[in-house]
Amino acid sequence: MKLIINGEAKEFSQTKLNVEELLVLENVEQPDMVSVQLNDEFLKKPDYAAVFLKDDDAVNFLYFMGGGE
Amino acid sequence: MIDLNDEELERYSRHIILEDVGIEGQEKILNSKVLIIGAGGLGSPIAYYLAAAGVGEIGIVDGDVVDLSNLQRQIAHTTADVGIPKVESAKAKMLAVNPHVKVNIYHTMLYSGNILEIIGPYDFIIDGTDNFASKFLINDACVLLNKPLSHGGILRFSGQTMTIKPRESACYACVFDSPPPAGVVPTCSSAGILGAVAGMLGTIQAAEALKFITGAGTPLYNTLLAFDAKSMLFRSVKLKRNPKCRVCGENGITELRDYEQALCEVKNA
Ligand SMILES: [Zn+2]
Repeated sequence: MKLIINGEAKEFSQTKLNVEELLVLENVEQPDMVSVQLNDEFLKKPDYAAVFLKDDDAVNFLYFMGGGE
Repeated sequence: MIDLNDEELERYSRHIILEDVGIEGQEKILNSKVLIIGAGGLGSPIAYYLAAAGVGEIGIVDGDVVDLSNLQRQIAHTTADVGIPKVESAKAKMLAVNPHVKVNIYHTMLYSGNILEIIGPYDFIIDGTDNFASKFLINDACVLLNKPLSHGGILRFSGQTMTIKPRESACYACVFDSPPPAGVVPTCSSAGILGAVAGMLGTIQAAEALKFITGAGTPLYNTLLAFDAKSMLFRSVKLKRNPKCRVCGENGITELRDYEQALCEVKNA
């Protein structure tokens, strides 16, 4: 299936893929440090395994950045 | 409205000739009150540009004193300032750039008990803090008091910012909900930050404040602007308000609380 990850189209061989699995495939090492946006909606972490992606879904990984000092 | 005198007409001439600012916009700047929270890597360039722009009243909040390790990026402070409160050092630089601005300093850490009183008098709030506890508290307080806010965060070579009009555009908690669990947070001094990245993000936040005040252009509402200085790619992520947001949603907050601060973030200055 084709997904838009952080604005860029990417082809995945999987036909069934949930958000938790996508985080692993995309090498997100610290899922706690990321907020996942799927087609404009933000997902709750406990829902990651239950949310399955479909063709042309747009997924954004938004990283926590706490610095400023 | 104030009438600009000759000195002001000259000092602010490059603003005044901007079609979207003009004399009217400059007068708005001179009449505005902006609060900068944090006098560090983000707060430093913000302080300089707001003072230079003539923002009538600038508040700056920071409980720390200048440390030698700050000078790599916190350009409001010089080697001679090591050991003095950052707010005093920053105030001196702002007044050196522009003696006509009024600078209010708050040499204190923000917490739920003092934040409403401190942000109350200001038209626009800028978050330049270095920890999630403060960032979430500031967002909460701005939603409660309906204060427009520029959120900013930096890490290593990256930065991100969004501008928030409470209950009209997405707030910080619409996007990030709650602070990440303590222990996984790389905001400690160990994570590191390229000094110039702080300057890049701080100047974007200063520009957002001036856009808000003058009405020029479109603020970063419902937009998270993120960049990576390694590739120098900028990305605008479109956001929308979360109707179920813990802070600004239907059952949003009605009072403040303090968020737990990750251990490694605790100041030892
Ligand atoms: Zn919200």
